[in-house]
Amino acid sequence: MIPAPFDYRRAASVDEAVALLAEHGDDAKLLAGGHSLLPLMKLRLAQPAVLVDLGGIGELSSVTQDGGTVRIGAMTRHHDVATSGLVREQVPLLAEVAGQIGDPQVRHRGTIGGSLAHGDPASDLPAVLLALRGTVVARGPSGERTIAADELFRGFLETALEPDEVLTEVRVPAVPGVGWAFEKFTRRAQDWAIVAAAAVLGDGDVGPGVALVNMGSAPVRAGGVEEALRSGLGAGEAAARAGEGTEPPDDLNASPEYRLHLAGVLVRRALEAAGA
Amino acid sequence: MTATEPPPAPGPAGGGGAFGRRLLRKEDARLLTGEARFVDDLQVPGALWMGMVRSPFAHARIRGVEAEGALAMPGVRAVVTGDDLAGAWAAAMPCAWPVTEDMRAPDHWPVARHRACHVGDIVAVVVAGTRQQAADAVDALEVDYEPLPAVVDIEDAATDRVVVHEDLGTNTSYTWTLSPDPGAVDHAFATAAHTVAERYVQQRLVPVAMEPRGVVAVPGVHGGDLTVYSATQIPHILKLMIATTCGVPEHKLRVVAPAVGGGFGAKLDVYAEELIAVALARRLGAPTRWTEERSESAVATVQGRGQVQRIELAADADGRVTAVRVRLTADMGAYLQLLTPGIPVLGAFLYHGAYDVPAYHLECTGVFTNRTPTDAYRGAGRPEATYAIERAMDALARSVGVDAAEIRRRNYIPPDRFPYPSVTGLTYDSGSYEATLDRALDLAGYEGLRAEQRRRREAGDRRHLGIGIGTYVEMCGLAPSRVLASLRFAAGGWEVASVSVLPTGTVQVVSGTTPHGQGHETSWSQIVADRLGVDPADVEVLHSDTATSPLGMDTYGSRSLPVGGVAVAMAADEVVAKARAVAAHQMEAAVDDVELMGGELRVRGTPSRSMTLQEVAFEAFSAHDLPEGTTPNLAAQVTYDPPNFVFPFGTHVAVVEVDEDTGRVDLVDYVAVDDCGPRVNPMIVEGQIHGGIVQGVAQALWEEAVYDADGNLRTPSLVDYCVPTAAEVPSFRLGHTVTPSPTNPLGVKGVGEAGTIGSAPTVVNAVVDALAPLGVTDVAMPAHPARVWAAIQEARRR
Repeated sequence: MIPAPFDYRRAASVDEAVALLAEHGDDAKLLAGGHSLLPLMKLRLAQPAVLVDLGGIGELSSVTQDGGTVRIGAMTRHHDVATSGLVREQVPLLAEVAGQIGDPQVRHRGTIGGSLAHGDPASDLPAVLLALRGTVVARGPSGERTIAADELFRGFLETALEPDEVLTEVRVPAVPGVGWAFEKFTRRAQDWAIVAAAAVLGDGDVGPGVALVNMGSAPVRAGGVEEALRSGLGAGEAAARAGEGTEPPDDLNASPEYRLHLAGVLVRRALEAAGA
Repeated sequence: MTATEPPPAPGPAGGGGAFGRRLLRKEDARLLTGEARFVDDLQVPGALWMGMVRSPFAHARIRGVEAEGALAMPGVRAVVTGDDLAGAWAAAMPCAWPVTEDMRAPDHWPVARHRACHVGDIVAVVVAGTRQQAADAVDALEVDYEPLPAVVDIEDAATDRVVVHEDLGTNTSYTWTLSPDPGAVDHAFATAAHTVAERYVQQRLVPVAMEPRGVVAVPGVHGGDLTVYSATQIPHILKLMIATTCGVPEHKLRVVAPAVGGGFGAKLDVYAEELIAVALARRLGAPTRWTEERSESAVATVQGRGQVQRIELAADADGRVTAVRVRLTADMGAYLQLLTPGIPVLGAFLYHGAYDVPAYHLECTGVFTNRTPTDAYRGAGRPEATYAIERAMDALARSVGVDAAEIRRRNYIPPDRFPYPSVTGLTYDSGSYEATLDRALDLAGYEGLRAEQRRRREAGDRRHLGIGIGTYVEMCGLAPSRVLASLRFAAGGWEVASVSVLPTGTVQVVSGTTPHGQGHETSWSQIVADRLGVDPADVEVLHSDTATSPLGMDTYGSRSLPVGGVAVAMAADEVVAKARAVAAHQMEAAVDDVELMGGELRVRGTPSRSMTLQEVAFEAFSAHDLPEGTTPNLAAQVTYDPPNFVFPFGTHVAVVEVDEDTGRVDLVDYVAVDDCGPRVNPMIVEGQIHGGIVQGVAQALWEEAVYDADGNLRTPSLVDYCVPTAAEVPSFRLGHTVTPSPTNPLGVKGVGEAGTIGSAPTVVNAVVDALAPLGVTDVAMPAHPARVWAAIQEARRR
């Protein structure tokens, strides 16, 4: 519970954070809330030499709408996402999920960007980004680029972000009035999901979008379910394809077999709740 | 006597009426504001921090410790091994409960020598200037291990396939038998109309006190004295054990338990870290300290439960139980801690529960495994016993074809049989079991629940309703010293209290109990205020420091009120007697004519003649004019050794919903009707019951110390070890009955463990009841979703 010694740098701007990353390379980690990183450091499973704190960069905390896109600064806290009138109205799935993360303490420190950049398959927000077909904005020494959700998540705690890049913004489509649901299966209220399913209906650019939490080494889209929905199948038949393309982990809470079963149940319930 | 509301229980002095009131706890303001000081809060100038180097292997030979690198690190003062400290001990780690004459006990030293026997076993100690430096040095220290085969599973250990301690030649520590009439048991089973045979597993539990352990040892360099601050339930017992194991003269020792954040039995122990702190403080001539980390606690602090239980019932055609036969295999872990072997024995007398059973046979085998030692954990043996009999009674009800409530009614010991001589040799002091069942079923709305259950079943609802019933009776109030002797327990079970009315009229109480969350300061104040007719705010209770409270047997086993609280009351009564004598002398009246009423000593029938208690106290203090033979000061000390245990009881009802599609269990309602006799402070009693219920529900649904086959704990953090929170449980609905105990003058029984003892079987009975239509007859604890779902699938396949 006592981390190894480390240096702490508080960046005043994104550019300064990028410069610090360039300076320290693999020895540096970004601190963007700390609810995943600090426990790993306390267990000495992570021992970064330098922590670059993004908490002082005011420009990274904001929620705005730009036409059909809702833009959320990477350092926006889960609580602020959950309670934002704009998010609740335009992307209610995201507000709902942000409001279910961890417990109140976690939601007041953890950030949307930190969660997505961590790339934990057991976290809820990656599945939401996948279901909504959102993008993230990253800034590095050579400038800014956008990364689509499907490109972002590469493997266990592995993303398309380069070590010298800072995730600055999350962009999701405004989907007011579109059916959605999130079914999260946990043991205790504050736990990570054993399995969860995020679903957005609609058609065209947005939907249908269905993604799963904790069903593989990376956050995973339920492509088979989406295909079934696009072909006009109902919730039950679509949900039967929930396991396609997944590699469910085996842990204390669930066997792969049980996770596959849960994924089918949760996707069916999510689709029914969303109105499919 | 049974009533649904508590009768007022005035003291003999006319009563201040403080007994039975819901007073807010005196302790809470300082606990809630952070004013209270726990061990880790203590500022100790010059203290050196100890870091424990723990074995990552469940079983390994220690080939060597390479200390040079660590010694060169900033702030590191010393690295010591078991060999280095060999001369520091006058005796090995103590086990105070050798349950049989031929019990096998392994060598157990605070720092392992040559061999580590469980993950977390201490193999070396680093001493450094700061906690951070100690942690860094522990991380850097290189230990050369040769991994050895480990044995983890209890039943596997019993086969001696792999032996934990080669010199013992077997993993069996002892076999303890209670079999008053074997022939009667055989006859009952041979002639039974119904029999049930069940196997249950009491999974290991990690006691998660809010405050982990910690210790500070402060040596007096010139006087040879030593003060130890420890997050312990037992400063008095610890003092004796430090004296005997470390060779510190007992009169030079002071042990203090400052504010202690929960113990649940896990702080009823003498730990390696405490003895190491003492040894190194003496060797280095400087204070030493250590604070346990949460994940460290999971392997370094004793664990609870750990039994495989086989219970058989024989019954006649009506379902009346004629015999109980039990075989236990109990997991000792790698070593015997203070009370390890005795924990299953403490429950061994209670496997017939609240039922009138004529024949009984129990065998318990304690075995070693390569895991953290087990020891007391809330209930200590009695939750295990209650779980087995209450689950088995439901199995019997299914066999006979009657309702779970009815099978219990047919078997309860009736109220007119008390004091009840049990088949196991106990004398149950008082009880009225069916009254708690009636009240619990009434509160729960039992008939309506059964109707709703039928409706759902007929409608094919996949959210199944389950209703569970559990009646418990437990023995607590440890304990009559002579009985403890017969159980081969090394110490006595008395308690000490003194009460002094100070010259200005306020009252000081010194208690030998050691509260660590129980609220003794409030409850003891109420007892004394009631008997002396003073305001509870004018009573202060001192405890948990052997300098101010030199004598005591501490707090565990729901003993504090029925032993320590009774001693407080008796001391208060002696003070009243002395006050009457002094007042009678002063007012020139006969002692028999002087009574204490409303804080005044009055001459009966002469309202004009009275003295306040303060005036009497000052007369006793100044001692200018005391009656012949009366000593100065209005004070008394009493040592009370109880004549019997006390036997609280109750009935709980749990209502669960089980989702057939996911296996998820939701506890939707919980009713507890408990009887602990007259309640000193009902709010504190309810707090104990609330917390106790959650701890039992936690065993039923949430918590398990999971080990892999190599002996690694897979649940070392609170992410994986699922302690439930307020979000996981409903608001409990409590009722109570009041059946005073004839054992002590207050009529009180203990209540610290009752909730835990009652709740685990009640909840699992509810889960099994819910799944009965699917053919499920057992779900192992904890009944987490994957396990419930698997049980449903298995029943479908059958």
